[in-house]
Amino acid sequence: MQKVNRLQPFFENLVFERDDDRMIINFGPQHPSSHGQLRLILELDGELVTKATPDVGYLHRGMEKMAENMIYNEFLPTTDRMDYIAATSNNYGFAHAVETLLDLEIPRRAQTIRMMLLELNRIISHLFWLATHALDVGAMTIFLYAFREREYAMDLMEDYCGARLTHSSVRIGGVPLDLPENWITKLSKFIDKLPSDIADYEGLLDQNRIWKMRLEGVGVITPEMAQSWGCSGPSLRGSGIEWDIRKEEPYELYDEVDFDVPVSTTFDSYGRYKLHMEEMRQSIRIIRQVIAMYYKTEPAIMAHSPEYISAPKEDIMTQNYSLMQHFVLVTQGMRPPVGEVYVPTESPKGELGFYINSQGGAYPYRLKLRAPSFWHTSLLQELLPGQYLADVVTIIGNLNIVFGEIDR
Amino acid sequence: MRKYTDKKNVQKKPYHTDRFWVAPQVSKEDVSSDEVFASDLKELQENFNIKDAYIQRGQLVVYINPGENVEVLAFLKEKLKYNFLNELSAIDWLEKSGEFEIFYQMLSTSKKKRLRIKFFIKEKDEIRTVSKLYNSADWAEREMYDMFGVIITGHYYMKRILMPEDWYGHPLRKTYPLHGDEEASWYEIDKIFGKEYRDIIGPENRDSSRVDESDTYNFSRIHHEVPFGEKPSKEVTFTDYQEEGGVFLIKSLKKADSKILEERP
Repeated sequence: MQKVNRLQPFFENLVFERDDDRMIINFGPQHPSSHGQLRLILELDGELVTKATPDVGYLHRGMEKMAENMIYNEFLPTTDRMDYIAATSNNYGFAHAVETLLDLEIPRRAQTIRMMLLELNRIISHLFWLATHALDVGAMTIFLYAFREREYAMDLMEDYCGARLTHSSVRIGGVPLDLPENWITKLSKFIDKLPSDIADYEGLLDQNRIWKMRLEGVGVITPEMAQSWGCSGPSLRGSGIEWDIRKEEPYELYDEVDFDVPVSTTFDSYGRYKLHMEEMRQSIRIIRQVIAMYYKTEPAIMAHSPEYISAPKEDIMTQNYSLMQHFVLVTQGMRPPVGEVYVPTESPKGELGFYINSQGGAYPYRLKLRAPSFWHTSLLQELLPGQYLADVVTIIGNLNIVFGEIDR
Repeated sequence: MRKYTDKKNVQKKPYHTDRFWVAPQVSKEDVSSDEVFASDLKELQENFNIKDAYIQRGQLVVYINPGENVEVLAFLKEKLKYNFLNELSAIDWLEKSGEFEIFYQMLSTSKKKRLRIKFFIKEKDEIRTVSKLYNSADWAEREMYDMFGVIITGHYYMKRILMPEDWYGHPLRKTYPLHGDEEASWYEIDKIFGKEYRDIIGPENRDSSRVDESDTYNFSRIHHEVPFGEKPSKEVTFTDYQEEGGVFLIKSLKKADSKILEERP
């Protein structure tokens, strides 16, 4: 039994001193390849992991509690801080959930802008994943290349909404701004160049002996495991299950665009790497189609629903009733109907769901955030035993977990 | 005497409420309107006691008996092919009826359908774990216990997950204040310094929007910095400096000569 010490944590369930040849090591919470504040308590037999206990909560900010004390529009910027690598997908997930609750119809132009932003975010997130994952495994060059391209994509986000990381670029009911001048030209330039960059990454990694040795056959998630542990996104498709929410339960205009859902049949980390690469290509494909759709839309970018959504700025400045309504919506907030929704969206990490229980008040009665990384981290308990210590880093990096959304 | 305030629900309330406002309802559709859900519900009704069922926003909602949660989920998994348990959590109705509402959010990838199993339990009631059916319930149930204090039996490792293990109270209950309760304000003081330092340091102010005007250390004023402990001053401090001999690559910085690029190269 450990001696209780004020400054050292006390683990009643762990015995660090043991009589057998097993060793218990503490991985994190401050570890460069734990991608945030993940603490892993690993039981080792030589270099083989025999038991893994992930410990999370170091970044817990109580977002669900905050949501219950905020009006709906106030909560939107908070969602940026969940998956801070792809903030727009969180904003969108929340906005989409509230819109489903309100049963709003979103103007087509707003939908095309949202789709461009969402797919651009997916590219940003996947580039970041590739960069950090490769760095963990030991490939420094990829990190520099991928971050260079990510920088161009972040410039585009900055051009649109002014922020690089915490975008808040989606509003409940639409988007705040139309695209700036020349934005589409810049976006087209970016996506025209990106395929050759992806080819460069693949040229560096695909047949790289070290990369293959580190990834092939490591972190095998069988379809049974993936279903039982509630995997989603690339981790689920990496297990051979073809399930993409954009395809199966389409939102926005995803049913009008043409794209493929890549699936891996090897179930291992290498398969998931190939899958991420392919997903970036599919995102480029979607953006190309959406750009063409954008030009055919009417200029409206916010839904017309005076009860819930403020009027356009011109109306607020010129018309008395719009100003009054805007004042009430800002100070008191909208009051959605009584009811509950669970709305899943396909974020770069997986299924991002928002469960909202509204009792007709200005604040949600209960809001549950279903962040994909939380479920992927719990999978580590079954995934890590039987792997070598060096592969732990590969697996954590490969699962693409982000602690902002695990701890919320 | 201090004014009595009810602590049953300390969540923020709107400052203005229209007395005559009647909130509209999200429409509930009849289950017979969807073929797949209708047949699923029929099979459920044959085997279990179903209290209520309807479709809301395209998802089936089924109210069951609290004691049958494991059996119903096992039936959904084995017979009705609901292969995912996506989410489970509780809703606090303690103020209204002394109950928790538990929900399980399920998904069937073969049918492309989502349904929600719900039931009510009393505050001190126990529910059985479903983590043996779906591993995803493992952490979700721990989180539910952590946040609401819902007691779950049969779980192999029922510990807090997001809050520290020695935390007092359950943060997502409506009785728990947003900035933490009395225990929360002493938690770090006790942990780091010890209980005997409570008088010296005082409780932690957990209001993140608080600004202490006289604190010149944690809240420095840019261009008006003063040494630690001294009172704020209006005098402008000179902060534009150059290291002696320069730094790597830049021997002496000429600000006027620097240019800002229009576009990334």
